Order: sequence, then structure tokens, then C-alpha cells
Amino acid sequence: MSAIQLETRLIKGRRTLWQNIVRTLKASPNSARFGMIVMLIYALCAIFAPWIAPFPEADTSAKGMLPSSWTHIMGTDQTGHDFFSRLIFAARNTIGIALITALLSFFVGSTLGITAALQRGWFDQGVSRVVDAFLAIPVLIFALMMLSVIGKGVFNLIMILALLDATRVFRLARAVALNAVVMDYVESARLRGEGTRWIVFREIVPNILPPLITEFGLRFCFVFLTIAALSFLGVGIQPPSADWGSMVAENKSLISYGYALPLYPAFAIALLTVAVNLVVDWFLQRTSGLRDGK
Amino acid sequence: MHPVLKTVLQRLGLGMITLFAVSIIIFSSLALLPGGYAQNILGQGATPELVKNFNHELGLDRPASVRYVEWITNAVQGDFGNSYSGTTGTIKRSVSAIIAPRLYNTFFLAATAAIVAVPLSLFLGIMAALYRNSWFDRIINSVTLTTIAMPEFFIAYILVYVLAVKLRWFYPNSTVSANTPFLEHLYRVALPALTMTLVIVAHMMRMTRAAIINLLAAPYIEMAQLKGISKSRVILRHALPNAWAPIATVIAFNLAYLVVGVVVVEVVYVYPGIGQMMVDAVSSRDMPVVQACALIFAATYILLNLLADIVSIITNPRLLHPK
Repeated sequence: MSAIQLETRLIKGRRTLWQNIVRTLKASPNSARFGMIVMLIYALCAIFAPWIAPFPEADTSAKGMLPSSWTHIMGTDQTGHDFFSRLIFAARNTIGIALITALLSFFVGSTLGITAALQRGWFDQGVSRVVDAFLAIPVLIFALMMLSVIGKGVFNLIMILALLDATRVFRLARAVALNAVVMDYVESARLRGEGTRWIVFREIVPNILPPLITEFGLRFCFVFLTIAALSFLGVGIQPPSADWGSMVAENKSLISYGYALPLYPAFAIALLTVAVNLVVDWFLQRTSGLRDGK
Repeated sequence: MHPVLKTVLQRLGLGMITLFAVSIIIFSSLALLPGGYAQNILGQGATPELVKNFNHELGLDRPASVRYVEWITNAVQGDFGNSYSGTTGTIKRSVSAIIAPRLYNTFFLAATAAIVAVPLSLFLGIMAALYRNSWFDRIINSVTLTTIAMPEFFIAYILVYVLAVKLRWFYPNSTVSANTPFLEHLYRVALPALTMTLVIVAHMMRMTRAAIINLLAAPYIEMAQLKGISKSRVILRHALPNAWAPIATVIAFNLAYLVVGVVVVEVVYVYPGIGQMMVDAVSSRDMPVVQACALIFAATYILLNLLADIVSIITNPRLLHPK
């Protein structure tokens, strides 16, 4: 009788997912909070761009080169686009494309990486050697070359960057999966007769997820910066789509006349990367228990 | 054979194989569009005869293996064939002749940046490791973290905006020609070199700091501290000799990064280097030029990484005295 009472007294209700989220967020440092708020604002801008922006994306009804005023907060560019609206629409294009690319590269890279770690043998050897060769070429150079071969365009851009990035993801996924595959819990799952699917999704993936998520954040930043650089160089996202990199390139001559306008889209890029980095740093510290400086 | 020599030779061999594989990737990427290249250049309305003539003129109708061997043997001797643009008449523009002066300009820029950046970042990195968690360390850390997260062209345009347009200390464009005097050349690359310095100092300084801090956790450092010798002596005599390998890797890694960063920086400052040339060639789809640039960039990148590996092998005392 008393044993049962003791038990009911000790067992607390499990925290719900929401409670857990609130608890984690409360413990977050200011830098990570700042990063998350910035990311949230960017996400809102990207999703609700048509409702937030005062003018449509390709609207050129205004005169070109207008100074900033109440109707055009940041003025207009050479073709008469409202600069502020373009800035907001660019969030949608630039972040969207970077996100799709990062997701795709993660899907391909981690699938290959985990398969290679499980299979070993010729498959692992073959893929690893090919990946090694690709790793030896700088991404920007290779992307430039491929874009000149198969032509500019958003689809080509996503495919090329996803492929190049997948090689980097593969390396990490394979390395962490190799550590997980030799664990006792994988062995015991195998001995109890679980199928490959169970072993991959219930044993390996949950255990290698933290480093993969961290890597995802960093890879997203990298892809995002590469796309911005390629667009800046004029071979990335093409007009009339608004995009931060090409907005800098289109208006770069204004700098020489003392206008800071081209700096705004560049700042938008920098702020998002800083924000993502801050959040990733916090996540890294939480999951690895790593403290810089000891 | 001495084990160190053996390891170095192995590493060299591996580097050569990588170079070979990369050259194949670069070459075969062109072949991804079999016949489609002529169509792309000549437009949809091109007749089959025209396409055939075009391919024959450029030698694209021969088997890929033959073209590869020809391309790579010539490339090794510094001949990258003729540029596609301007080959319509009898005048042929040799890619090497276009590249050579630009390669010098790029090298000049990268070298200037490296000469400033390497000692500066090593000094800052060691100082940050020595006085870690002090205000100095914190400021440096947050500044470098922000710099790393910024696109190169943002840093570049801020510098142009402040130093060239507002303060008028430098020119916003770094136009140089073959007969620009040395000092004038140096003055004109100051701004692009400063941009690249800022970017790589951030990376290099953080990596140096991490490498030194990693070492400071080693037992022999604790031993040295317990002996009661001064902090600077611990760093300079006990930590630094063991840190050469990671630092060499960091330097080579960042010099390799310089090779890539140069593309964007050259475009910002309209500096006539090989990076800007590659971007122009990509836009006009001038394949021999693109391939030549890609091969040069990739080869530099691979060789620098190879150098880092070899330095870390040579400076690793554990490899010098095998059991």
C-alpha cells in the first residue's frame, strides 16, 4: 500500500513539447535570442512579402533614381523599382533558394553518407574517392565553371550548389555515422532482428542528429553566401527576380557618388549569416557540452 | 627509406592523383553538353552544317580522350589553347597570352594581402590565446565572428564607401596596367588587399587561437606552468613549437581561401586579375578561358593544401622518431 503511494508521489507528469521549448528558450543566452529574433523577422518578411512590401516585386511605375521619401522609403533604383519593396521580396528569393539548396544537399549527402557507413566496401570506397576529388575544388570556382557550361538559371544554380555541398555533407554524415554504426545499441538492434530501416531511422539517425543539425546551419550560411556572391557576379539569380546579391551589383556605381544604398542589401545578407551563426553556436554548446576556453 | 621521406612522397603522390582527377572533372564538365555547346553559341536557328563546321573549327568533333590528353599536355606546358571569343576570323587569341599579365596582377594582390595578414593574424591569435576570456579576447572574438559571417563584397563596399568615397584616401577602382610603377601598383591594390586581409585575418586568427588553446590543455604545458616559468615562456618555448603543424595548416588553408576570395574582390574593385577574367569568361561562355582559370585556381588550391600537409608532417616530432 505504502509502496504505491510512494510511486504516485514521485512520478511527475512528463513535460510537454511546448514546456520543453519554453524551458530551453528561457535558458538561452542573449546572443542566441538576438539571432532567433532576427531569423524570425527574416522568415516573416520572406513569407508575407507581398503583404508587407508597399509595391509589387517588378513594379517599375515610379521614376528611376528617386531619393528617399514617404512613398519610397529608400528611394528607387535605376529602373524605377521601389528599393525597400525589392529588399523585402529578395528575402523570399534569396533565402528560399538557399534553403532549398541546403535541404537538397542534406538529403543527398546524408543519405549517401549513412549508406556508405552502413555498407562499407566498394560503395563507400567509390563514393568517398569521387567526393575527395570534388572537395579539392573550391566551390565558387566550380560553380562558376558549371554555370558557364550548363547555363545560368535558378534551377541550374540549385542543382550545382546542392551537388557541391552534398559532397561536404557526405563527409560529415559518413564520419558521424561510422562512429554510431559500431555502437552496442546498433549491434543489439541487429541481433534482435530489426531491419535496416529501423536501424537507420530509430538507432543511427537520432544519435547523429545534433552534429548534422549544426552542420545544416553552417551549410545554409555557406550556401547563402555563395548564392549571394554568384548573384553579385551576375551569374546567380537573374532579374527581374529581386535578390540581395544582384541588388548590390546593379546599384554598385552609386557608391562612388556617396550613396550608401547598395550597402543595405549587403547588410541584409550579413545580418542573417551572423544571426544563424549565433544560434548555431548556442546549439553547438548545448549539444556537445563544449565550452570555449575551458 | 626514412619514414618521413616516405610519408612526404606518399602525400605528394596523392596530391598528384588529386590534381589529375580534378583536371578530368574540369575537362569533362565541358563534355556534359555533347554538341549542345555549338547550339548554345550559334542559337536555335543554326543549321546542322553550321554546327558541324563550328565543332570542326574548334576541334570538338574529335573523341574526348584525345582532346583531354592534348589539353592537359599543353596546359602543363603553359598553353591553354585559343580563346573562343574573337576566333571568328583568322586572328586567334591565345589564352595564355591573355592570362599571363592578369595572373601576375592576381598574384601581386594575393601576396600583398598574405604578407600583411599572416603575421598579423598569428600575433593576434597568440595574444588572444594568451589573454583568453579577457576583454581583448572578447572584442577580437566578436569582431572576427562578424567579419567571417559577412560576404566579401559587403566588407569591400564598406571600405570603398568610407575610405575611398568619404575620406578620399584611396581610389574606389583599382585599375592598373602593365606599365604601372611598383609603388603606384602597391597603392592601388591597398584597398582590395585590405579587404582580403580583413577576411582571412578573421579566419586565421580564430584558428590560431583554437590551436594554441587546444595545446595549452596538454599535460606538458601544465608541467611547465607548475615549474613556475613565465607565461610568455610557456607559450613561446613549450606551446608554439608544437603548434607549428596546426598553424601551417591554418596558413595554407587561408592562402587557399585567398585564391577563391580574390574572384569577388577583383570584381568589386575592377582589378584586372584572373578572377575577374573568369567571371567575364563565364558570362560569355568562353570555355578555354574558363577551364584554364578553373584549372589554375584548383591547382593552386590543391598545392597549398599539399604544402600544409607536408609542413605538418615535417614539423611533427612524433614522425621523426618512429618506434
